[in-house]
Parts: sequence; structure tokens; C-alpha cells
Amino acid sequence: MVTDLMQSVEWSRAQFALTAIYHWLFVPLTLGLSVLCALMETQYYRTGDLFWKRTAQFWMRLFAVNFAIGVATGLILEFEFGTNWSNYSNFVGDIFGAPLAIEGIMAFFLESTFFAVMFFGWEKVSRGFHLSATWLTAIGANLSALWILVANSWMQYPVGCRFDIATVRNEMTSFWDVLLSPVAINKFSHTVTSSFLLAAVFVMGVSAWYLLKGRHRRMARSSIALASAFGFVFSLAAAFSGDRSGAIVARVQPMKLAAMEALYDGREAAPLTLFGILRPEEARTSDDDAFHFKVEIPKMLSLMSFRDAGAYVPGINDLVEGNEARGILPTALKMERGRHAIEQLARYHTARKTGDTAVMQEVERLFDRDTPEGEAFLRDCFAYFGYGYLESPRDAVPNVPLLFYAFRVMVGAGGFLLLLCAAVWWLNRRQRLDKQRWLLRVMILSIPLAYLASQAGWIVAEAGRQPWAIQDLLPVHVAGSYIGSTPVAVTFFLFLALFTALLAAEIGILCRQIKIGPKESNE
Amino acid sequence: MIERRYTVHAAMKNRKERILPCRIFRFYYDGFREMTLGKTLWAILLIKLFVIFVILRLLFFPDALAGKSEEERGEIVRSELIKHR
Repeated sequence: MVTDLMQSVEWSRAQFALTAIYHWLFVPLTLGLSVLCALMETQYYRTGDLFWKRTAQFWMRLFAVNFAIGVATGLILEFEFGTNWSNYSNFVGDIFGAPLAIEGIMAFFLESTFFAVMFFGWEKVSRGFHLSATWLTAIGANLSALWILVANSWMQYPVGCRFDIATVRNEMTSFWDVLLSPVAINKFSHTVTSSFLLAAVFVMGVSAWYLLKGRHRRMARSSIALASAFGFVFSLAAAFSGDRSGAIVARVQPMKLAAMEALYDGREAAPLTLFGILRPEEARTSDDDAFHFKVEIPKMLSLMSFRDAGAYVPGINDLVEGNEARGILPTALKMERGRHAIEQLARYHTARKTGDTAVMQEVERLFDRDTPEGEAFLRDCFAYFGYGYLESPRDAVPNVPLLFYAFRVMVGAGGFLLLLCAAVWWLNRRQRLDKQRWLLRVMILSIPLAYLASQAGWIVAEAGRQPWAIQDLLPVHVAGSYIGSTPVAVTFFLFLALFTALLAAEIGILCRQIKIGPKESNE
Repeated sequence: MIERRYTVHAAMKNRKERILPCRIFRFYYDGFREMTLGKTLWAILLIKLFVIFVILRLLFFPDALAGKSEEERGEIVRSELIKHR
């Protein structure tokens, strides 16, 4: 039974990762392309030039393909919460419910109402009303992302809540603490700005194909001018928010940072590893034997993490074994405290069954922040609740190679795309882009690279949170439901088939529409 | 006579068109009727929603804690959390 449960949890993890990865193939283009379409239509509104109307309509057609095929793919994730992750779903209480409900009611309806005006209303409503509808569609799409990311950020940094022992739910005590937590603000800005960059790269890549083919040159060059400037601005914004993310992760998820850097031994003036090749897991015990080779920038990790070149950055070994001098608790001690918290939960459970109200009240006081013993218990024990389920302190370490390489793919690709946007903008402005055929090909090939960077970013965020479903409070293997592994495995392959079919349909329709090109073009 | 009938019909139509729900209906009706690429996208969308909500939701994704009160859900999840110790 235990083996089947573990298999079920592993299949559920694989299924969730598959669904989220496929879902994220559709989302970033929707977020960014909606804004680019709105900017193009704004040009039409300002100048009255029909060229911009045709250009906006063409990109809106590609936006519609991506939107129609991608919409509702995220609903499957919500089904999985109820079935595969029922313990987790109950444990998160209304923290997830509130943002997701707002997302459904406000953002989705805003988006879908004005989506119709955007596509059906060209000759039927005024230009100003149509432009407003396009902007509201773009704002609605991005607001949808906000609420989902707020919910996700709470899993990384659970704030603004209290735990109700009777219902085993985290109740929201401050909506604003959840909404405005530094993790939520930064996650939203980084996700949205990087999605804008992805959409800019998509527009640049498709336009480059037209330039290579010698078709729709004016539309291609104008689209490139807008997209490259847009991409450059938002790649800088993504770099800035990414840097902020690093500083926040250093404070709220130090193990994630240490794993991203494969930093085993904490130190002052810690260097940032630009690139390196890791040794196999069993050979990595300290910084001396972690890498075959590496290239470092001295002091940079300390500077980026704590805004101080000499600051101390804890390593994996410090976080696992503890470092008294630096005030870092050993994981073994956290496990002990977590077990104590679970014991109290068990006492309460038994007391409820036997009707022992004295014990129930005693435990309830421990879980009540307003009592002196509650304040101490919640701070010293319940804060490490999830550690009570770990079998060994090393279980608190996420997959180091996955994080290390995914982080470098994200940053490397992001840096490359920033330079690409700048170079393309400059060459296009000087009317020299058409002659750089190799660069046009690079622009086309950069489309999959932007998707790779986007996926790598999510791998860093989510794989770096492991072993936790909710940071420090609930490990993934406890969050799962007691269900058989076979149905989860079957649905995994069903999803694989469904999403692959959708992706193939998307790519096929997009390619056909790109070949057709903009309508009513007189070029 | 024919001209008068036409004028009356047009006036009635215009009055109808001025009513907001009718205008909204007309907006969507014409929009869907004039779609070209949109028809393919709607077909994909409807097939996808059928697969998600009918096949997957009903056959494979019953909510494990559905239909239970908050207390009952708490009871079940608490015993699960304790069981994993």
C-alpha cells in the first residue's frame, strides 16, 4: 500500500509537471502578444493609417489561434488538485480559493467579454471603443496571471494566514499580505515581463521569416521595430525582476538558492558560478569536490543575494547540518520540532474521537497565535511542521543538477535574447537587417529558445521548492491523495496525447496562417 | 404600397436594433456567421472542452473530498497527516 502510494505520488508529480509545462507553452504568448496587438492598434488609432490596422489584425489572428487552443488547459491542473492532491487542497484552505475565484470571475470574464469585441467589432464599434476592448483583453489576460501567481507564491512563502486545527485548513487572515507579499509581487513582474519578451521574440521570428522570403516587407519591418524595442525594454525589466527574485529567494528559500548555485559550503563574499560541470551526486559533498570545473565571478553571489559583496551565503551543508555561529538550525532539529507539532495534531485527533475536551482545548491553545504558549509553539514548532515528515535531513535538498543547469539555461537564454533585441532594433533602424540573412535565421531559431528559457524558469521555481508542496509546512509526498497509481498513470498518458494533439494543432494552424500572411495587403 | 410596407418593416427592424439585448445578439450572431478561421478554432475548443469536462472530469477526476462537510474533510485530512508520520 505504501509503495503504491509513493508510486501514485510520483505519477501525480509527473502528471502535474506535464500539465503545467504544456499549459505554459500557451500562456506566455497570450500575455505578451495581447499587449503587442494593443500597441499596434494604438498606432492605428493615433495615425489612422490602415497599414497598422491590417498589421494588428494579422497578429490578432495568431493571438486568437494561441488563445483558443490554450484556453482551459489550466483547468486540468485544478482537477488534479481535487483528485491527486486532496490533502494539499484541504490544507491550503481558502488561500487558493480566493485568488482563483477572483481570477475566474473578474479577469476571465473581462478577458472573454472584450475578446469578442476585439474580433467581431472592427466595423461595428467605434475605433476608440475597439481599442479599449483590445487593451482590456490584454489587461484581463495579465490579471488572470496575477491571481494564479499570487496563489503559487503563497506555496513558496506562506504568509497572511492562520492554521485551523479543527478543519486542518489555513485560513486567510490578511488578503493584502497574501497579495502583496514580496514573492508574489516579484513573481508576477518576472513572469509577465519574461512573457512579454517571449512574445516579442515570436513576433521578431515570424517577421524575420517574411523578410527571408521577401514578403510583406513593410509589415515585417514595422513589427520588428516595435517588437525589438518592446522586447529590449522588457528583457531589461525581466533581468531586474530576476535579480530581485534572487535576493528574495536568499531570504525566504535559502536552500533553493544554495541548490541553484550548487553551493555546498557557506561563505562570506561568495562567488557566482557562471558555468560549470557538476560531478555525480555521490561525489559531491563539499565545494571542493562538487564540480569537474567551473567559471566564477568573485563576490557576485553575496552581492546579488544580500546587496553586500562581503555577505555570508549559507550552503547546502550549512542548511542541512546547521551552523550555530550563523544562527542556522540543523535540519535534524527542525525535524524534531516538526514531529512535535504533528504529535500535537495527533493528540487533538484522538481527543476529538474520545470527546476529551480538556486535551482539545489545551492543543487548541497551542495553535492559537493569541495565547503566549501558542505564539511560541507556532514559531518554534509549527513553522517546521513539514520537516516532521522527512526521513533524513538530506531529504530537504532539492535536485541540485536540475536546478543548477535550468537556472543557467534561463539566464543564458535571457541574456542572449536581450542582446538579440538590441542588435535587431539597431540594425532594423539603420535599414541593414534585411541583408543579415544569418541573423534573420537566428531570429527564427530564437523562438524555441525563448520557450526553453521560460520553461527553465518555472523548473527553477518549482523544482527548487522541493521537497515541499508548501514551503516548510507540507512535503509533496504527504500532500498527495491515497489513490491507486494506475488511474494516475493512465491519465498521464491521456494528457500527453491530448496536449500533444493540441500543440500539433496550434503549430499547424499558426504555420498555415503565417504562410497566408496579413490580409488585404497592398504591398 | 410596397414602398410603404418596406418602410414600416425597416422602422420595426431599426426599433428592434435599438434594443440593447438585440444589438448584442446581432453582434455575436454576425460575428460568428462571418468567421472563417474562427470556425476551426471553435471546433478545436469545443472538442477540447468535451474531452476535459466530460471524459476526463467525469471518468477520471472525481474529487476525493467532494460532498463532505468542512469538519468531515478536516477529520479525513488530519488522519492522513497523522498516518504519514
